[in-house]
Amino acid sequence: MRYHPLTPDDRTAMLAKIGAPDIDALFRDVPKSAVVPLSVFDLPDTKGELEVDRLLSRMAAKNIAAGSVPFFCGAGAYKHHVPSAVDHLIQRSEFLTSYTPYQPEIAQGTLQYMFEFQTQVALLTGMEVANASLYDGSTATAEAVLMAQRVTRRNKAVLSGGLHPHYAETVENIANLSGKVVRTPVTPGSAEDIAAMIDGETACVVVQSPDVFGLIRDLKPIAEAAHAKGALLIAVVTEVISLGLIEPPGHQGADIVACEGQSIGVGLNFGGPYVGLFATREKFLRQMPGRLCGETVDADGKRGFVLTLSTREQHIRRDKATSNICTNSGLCCLAFTIHLSLLGEEGLTRLARLNHAKASALADKLTKIGGVSLVTSSFFNEFTIRLPKPAAGIVDALAAKNIIAGVPASRLMPHEDAARDLLIVAATETNTDEDCDAFAKALAEVV
Amino acid sequence: MAMNKQGRPTAPGTIDANELSTISGDRGLDHEEGLIFELGRPGMTGVDIPDVQMSEARLGGQRRKGAIGLPGLSEPEVIRHYVRLSRMNYAIDAGLYPLGSCTMKHNPRLNEKMARLPGFGDVHPLQPQQTVQGAFELISDLMKWLTDLTGMPAVAMSPKAGAHGELCGLLAIRAAIEARGEKRPRVLVPESAHGTNPATAAFAGFTVDEVPGTADGHVDVAALKAKLGPDVAAIMLTNPNTCGLFEPQIIEMADAVHAAGAYFYCDGANFNAIAGRVRPGDLGVDAMHINLHKTFSTPHGGGGPGAGPVVLSERLAPFAPLPLLVHDANGFRMIEHADEAPGGAKPFGRMCAFHGQMGMFSRALSYMLSHGRDGVRQASEDAVLSANYILAALKDVMSAPFGDGPCMHEALFDDSFLDGTGVTTLDFAKAMIDEGYHPMTMYFPLVVHGAMLIEPTESESKESLDRFIHVLRTMALEAKAGKRERFEGAPRLSPRRRLDETAAARKPILRWKPKELPQAAE
Repeated sequence: MRYHPLTPDDRTAMLAKIGAPDIDALFRDVPKSAVVPLSVFDLPDTKGELEVDRLLSRMAAKNIAAGSVPFFCGAGAYKHHVPSAVDHLIQRSEFLTSYTPYQPEIAQGTLQYMFEFQTQVALLTGMEVANASLYDGSTATAEAVLMAQRVTRRNKAVLSGGLHPHYAETVENIANLSGKVVRTPVTPGSAEDIAAMIDGETACVVVQSPDVFGLIRDLKPIAEAAHAKGALLIAVVTEVISLGLIEPPGHQGADIVACEGQSIGVGLNFGGPYVGLFATREKFLRQMPGRLCGETVDADGKRGFVLTLSTREQHIRRDKATSNICTNSGLCCLAFTIHLSLLGEEGLTRLARLNHAKASALADKLTKIGGVSLVTSSFFNEFTIRLPKPAAGIVDALAAKNIIAGVPASRLMPHEDAARDLLIVAATETNTDEDCDAFAKALAEVV
Repeated sequence: MAMNKQGRPTAPGTIDANELSTISGDRGLDHEEGLIFELGRPGMTGVDIPDVQMSEARLGGQRRKGAIGLPGLSEPEVIRHYVRLSRMNYAIDAGLYPLGSCTMKHNPRLNEKMARLPGFGDVHPLQPQQTVQGAFELISDLMKWLTDLTGMPAVAMSPKAGAHGELCGLLAIRAAIEARGEKRPRVLVPESAHGTNPATAAFAGFTVDEVPGTADGHVDVAALKAKLGPDVAAIMLTNPNTCGLFEPQIIEMADAVHAAGAYFYCDGANFNAIAGRVRPGDLGVDAMHINLHKTFSTPHGGGGPGAGPVVLSERLAPFAPLPLLVHDANGFRMIEHADEAPGGAKPFGRMCAFHGQMGMFSRALSYMLSHGRDGVRQASEDAVLSANYILAALKDVMSAPFGDGPCMHEALFDDSFLDGTGVTTLDFAKAMIDEGYHPMTMYFPLVVHGAMLIEPTESESKESLDRFIHVLRTMALEAKAGKRERFEGAPRLSPRRRLDETAAARKPILRWKPKELPQAAE
């Protein structure tokens, strides 16, 4: 087997040094009844690289890749162009095959990009501090709710109906254990009156902007209403590139920002791995979950970086830790950092403007079709249209024409009658004018 | 003066390498590198994007008012910056990485290539299901490998890392207990457990009760039995355990746990010692996460991303979280809502958005197909053989707290061989850096003093192991002989020397700020 350097002679010599007659002797603590022969596994034997490549390539070819067709799916994951340099750099052995930087003397590369990442996230979100990433946007949102419960010592969380339903379910799954999670009604294309649901028991309100339908929310009045009752505002962003154009949550009074960073550097990957961005106010620092990298000096007085404030973390605090999280999203966090460094202020701003312009032009095209109307009066690169019949069937009909038209709202919220005819459509810099024309033409044929 | 054939002088010069103060501050191939925020210039970008005209009419009055504050760099500058950073890292590709409990094994590059096939890497989690049948097939094949290797009937694929898998397992246990109409608030965790175990139990709303160990590094079975009762939901047990030992009474423990009406959660972090030889399902396990980034070598990537699918027993399978992958006459289908679940299924909820770490699934399946069942078994055997070889070669000069072995895939030493030398575990480990090695895991598990946990994995040749053994033996002998020079203040030859972690925590600086602004204060 090409990955195993030991030869049969090596193994014999090593067993002799150990003083064991055979390999079985090393497994002597395993109950005899639990040792199984290879034949119990209904699995194939070893294969060469060529065979594995052939098998998996055949499987991959059965899927329609986003880049191969006009493609307009968003709803929490977005198709963007990632510069070639990103993937080359993250595949450097020193990044790809290193562990968590617990030995900072020989992990400054990882630590320094984590520090850069934390700075980038703080700047983008308009917050004071950020951690070195969580798994994804949805789990970051759940961690934010738990953190708000710790900070306020209150249990209730109010979730906006505009929060991505997968996020809401992820929050409920964990935050309901120790508290109470309530959701406001779903109001496609408008803002619900969430301030009215904040009371003295409320730890936090969770509002996504742009929301799951694409609508840009005004967070300021919600922050004021929450703060007036002693609750925190958690702002959720699923399309991080929007922060290149839209006022960041930190400038609107948010206390915690949970954000999906997939759009920058990471790619679609069928849902994972992604990268959760998590930022907050400095005063809440010690209640924050996840890894943090801090600046310090070494024995020679040179600037260096270390993992810090680990007394919050599971390997030190065990059952008293702020979270059970151990890994972060390391390599995705690096991809994010490199891509954003390539973009810079100018590139991100242009990219965000281009995304909005593309989406706006597409919205104009689609709503020219009879029976199709725009539901979201404001949006970034994703908007919702109302169709004259159920959106799921339309999406299937267009998929048969090799056009991936977007996400039917009913896929995310099957019990919302109001969502049945709604289609959530994203357009990014990857969509050409021809893609958009093809979409409009095909949609006109099936509605 | 000596000359070479071209007539150029080859004399060594008068300055010793260590004393050479360079003008640039760099030292040969070792470059110092500033933060990205200290580089670049306004207006520059490394990505060419058209500057389009755009109306603000649809921004809801929320257009960003100020600048973000990001630096501007061209592509060559960005590449040089991150290449220079990379050179400050140790990596398994560059050397033996003996971190016990972490499993730093070879990361095959085929797996990277497979994960990047557009049909896997460039598909959206919510595109129509008929357009991603091949992606479902890959997940289904991986599920088959995981359930077969573990001898368990079901697997939940969505957990995003080991600790997330632990949470998934405990939530399934919680749901099963609630379905029985019972309340069981207590979870038993051996004192040798990974920190994530008690943290997860607390996170899932249980109280944690520690089970002591025995003097020979195992769980105290009598103490465990004494702690079982009608209020115990589960035991979280790592097997092989964190001392690198297989729990010989594992089946007896599982039986006792089941007899008390509780569930057996196994921390699968060390599955790489037994995969292909022992099926956890045969040991009475009810739930176990599998760290794909350890056992199946999807790379660690500097701390993630990982993946932690959880295999489940018959009793827990109905409570597996959404989404659920099913196969029928029309092909594969991903069930995303509880009321669409097949008969008998009572999913406890959702662990995260979408379906899990697809990018890790493709890498893990590529690893499995390459190894085959025979290669998986060989990997476990070689990992155990290599750890025992190290234990056998070092036990006379270092101190093995639990006797002469055998161990499983990692060899544990304590610091009693350093008694009276003035050298600590930390000094010893840091001196390894000057020898070109990453240190072993230190001070874990907590149950032995000054622990040093060495996991060589199956990826090292015998020559590599022999060289490592030679270095560690020599170091141990020098420490015992009172030669402390190489230990005090080590490391000296790394990109940075020991860093002041106390200062970092006392006055945290967690982000760069422009010079004119005050630095972050407490």
